[in-house]
Amino acid sequence: MTVAEIFETMNYGPAPESTATADQWLAGKGRKFGLFIGGAWVDPVAGAWFDSLNPATGKTLSEIAQAGQTDIDAAVAAARGAQPGWAKLGGHGRARILYALARLVQKHSRLLAVLETLDNGKPIRETRDIDIPLVARHFYHHAGWAQLMEREFPGQEPLGVVGQIVPWNFPLLMVAWKVAPALAAGNTVVLKPAEFTSLTALLFAELCQEAKLPPGVVNIVTGDGATGELIVRHDGVDKIAFTGSTEVGRRIREITAGSGKHLTLELGGKSPFIIFDDADLDSAVEGLVDAICLNQGQVCCAGSRLLVQESVAEAVLGKLRARMEKLQVGDPLDKSIDIGAIVAPVHLQRIEQLVARGIEEGAELWQPSWDRPAEGCFYPPSLFTGVSPAATIAQEEIFGPVLVAMTFRTPDEAVALANNTRYGLAASLWSENVNLALDIAPKLASGVVWINATNLFDAACGFGGYRESGFEREGGREGMQAYLKPAWQGTAARLRGPLPVAQAQSCGARSSSARRQHRPNRQDLHRRPAGQAGFGLQQRGGRP
Amino acid sequence: MPLDRSWLREARVNRSAVERRAATLGTRRTVKNDWQAAWLLKAVSCIDLTTLSGDDTPGRVRRLCAKARRPLRQEVLKALGAEQLNITVGAVCVYHSMIEPAVEALEGSGIPVAAVSTGFPAGLGPLETRIREIEASLAAGAQEIDIVIDRGLALTGDWPQLYDQIRAFREACGTARMKAILGTGDLATLRNVAKASLVAMMAGADFIKTSTGKETVNATLPVSLVMARMIRTYRERSGQRVGFKPAGGISAAKTALVYLGLMREELGRDWMEPALFRFGASSLLRDIERQLEHAVTGRYSAGYRQPMA
Repeated sequence: MTVAEIFETMNYGPAPESTATADQWLAGKGRKFGLFIGGAWVDPVAGAWFDSLNPATGKTLSEIAQAGQTDIDAAVAAARGAQPGWAKLGGHGRARILYALARLVQKHSRLLAVLETLDNGKPIRETRDIDIPLVARHFYHHAGWAQLMEREFPGQEPLGVVGQIVPWNFPLLMVAWKVAPALAAGNTVVLKPAEFTSLTALLFAELCQEAKLPPGVVNIVTGDGATGELIVRHDGVDKIAFTGSTEVGRRIREITAGSGKHLTLELGGKSPFIIFDDADLDSAVEGLVDAICLNQGQVCCAGSRLLVQESVAEAVLGKLRARMEKLQVGDPLDKSIDIGAIVAPVHLQRIEQLVARGIEEGAELWQPSWDRPAEGCFYPPSLFTGVSPAATIAQEEIFGPVLVAMTFRTPDEAVALANNTRYGLAASLWSENVNLALDIAPKLASGVVWINATNLFDAACGFGGYRESGFEREGGREGMQAYLKPAWQGTAARLRGPLPVAQAQSCGARSSSARRQHRPNRQDLHRRPAGQAGFGLQQRGGRP
Repeated sequence: MPLDRSWLREARVNRSAVERRAATLGTRRTVKNDWQAAWLLKAVSCIDLTTLSGDDTPGRVRRLCAKARRPLRQEVLKALGAEQLNITVGAVCVYHSMIEPAVEALEGSGIPVAAVSTGFPAGLGPLETRIREIEASLAAGAQEIDIVIDRGLALTGDWPQLYDQIRAFREACGTARMKAILGTGDLATLRNVAKASLVAMMAGADFIKTSTGKETVNATLPVSLVMARMIRTYRERSGQRVGFKPAGGISAAKTALVYLGLMREELGRDWMEPALFRFGASSLLRDIERQLEHAVTGRYSAGYRQPMA
């Protein structure tokens, strides 16, 4: 198009971000990655690799290693070996390295953003303005916690070796949410990124080397669900931290029950977005679009259930359709794109199936008048009306840019509808009446409540859910607490030594703190430094 | 249309949410290369090239009008392939006593002269004289009148009187284009901005304009977003299209692009034309010229290379 022609149409035109540095980095690695164990890159023992694709184009980005049992054993052993030294470094020592990691993330922010977009399919605007800055912020914040450890968490010590499994929707941000508090508290880490999106975690491993993180403190072991299960089942791990689907979270709960492992889960959601008749409707609609379209709706806390007061429902839905009509779906590397690619074909299929089920069950579907791109994994922003709680799409997490809408008449009804879900992660409520807002907010069974806002995140603010959205929090003081235990528990365990097998097994069923002390299958010897038996106590009973 | 106070009661604006949306207007959309050049040309065509100084003279105004007729250098336009677009600014904006020299200097160009009026900038003179000022300016040849509202009436919630005053100005303007300056910096809250916007439109304003350019805070994106939303609301309810003019504080070409994007996103393509969108600006043109020269040559030039206004 000529300038004169554009002068007439005033279209935005393409605004592509360059992939040059990311391509250069991938090429430099030969587009093939090993595992990062004990501070070094090693090939998987079984020699298995799988392809990682760019969902916007379908092209292969690189080969990723599939870690097997021997690799996991090596990673856990490396983490165990590094843990006492890492803890002894002290808060200040760990703070310096966490601070260095934050600086390195900022230094390489453009490369990280582009790589994340290539791997996940989310728009470059999001990785550049949201994901990567939040990652840096998370490391800065936890450098602070490390520095203040002795004062803020007196008498507490790290759990030890933590196994962490992160999802594909915010790949590097989820790595940060897991690694930063774990490291600040003095734990060491064996982390498995999602198989769809391993690249930024692997680049992060390089940043760990650059920051002179001691070898073995962070180990990155790539692979699919099978690799994840190896970590979850591993005896050498003191804690499992998992973010992902409720389905897998439930399996992990079952597997780790009775093992003595500490567990935190951050799972799915079907979060309510409540608009009262006295809300700023234009702003609420803007928030709603962000709630369901950020990251293509692939967010655990996505506001995917609109609850709108009946008297303003038509006005809100009209504004919503007009707003969604203006959204742009396409090449995630284009700086003017709102909605990028769905992470993988298999997930796109799932979204399409659930949408079909919605239509089958009688709900009415609205989508913009324009077409999504023909090539690549894309889905348009979508709105279902005529939905009631009995519908599948009102209960199931779709994890795509698909919003279901229902009306309510009174505040109590809004609360009832909002809480009528097996999930309890986030809620967003909109009203210009301060009394109403402050009355409703505490009644919502959600770990996070946003008033006249949505998607507000910060490292200082604990994030997590109730019910099947999981338990414990990430971020802030409560997030740090999940990586610490009272020092007397460790001492007591060391003094008492392991219990006889039968007694240990019956104790394990009672309480989590009991489980932490009595670990029938654990090799306790390596947890007691030489000379600790200075109290003159011998081991009682035999080892199991 | 008659004043409908229920619209004012229903107007709700959440400042934080508006600020959040305004903050990403410039980051969610961008225009590059030829698209940026075209958008900058469009921005030029929407400028109300303005001089409102105590030391304005006919000679100064004549120079401004010459720039208004030829805002861009011929070589730049040629390199862009845009000569045949015949780009001029949207209007020239002056005080009453400069209307005649401006009209004379712009003869045959098709560029209207807009006069600030009704006791600009504070707008607190006797109502009678404020109305007569409009009549005098029209007689002198102004085709557009930028009136100022009495912000005190908005702050005390005296909407009926505010409506009546603007209505009186509307009648005095006749068929001339009337832009209502809300003085948003003085209105202080976004809710007041929303209400004042609605009152001005109900009273018959053809454009609503953010500021006189003389307040401490002039055009900002949050205020502009609220006004754009009110224009949309008014359109939905009445079928009438009212234009928007941000004035004061827009001196960067990049900011001009964000405002054009705001118009496209909130109101639509029609609001990216001088009939419904103007920039109240004086130094903006210079920065646009620099950007266009960069688009053509790949270099930023010194200020002395751009012909003065």
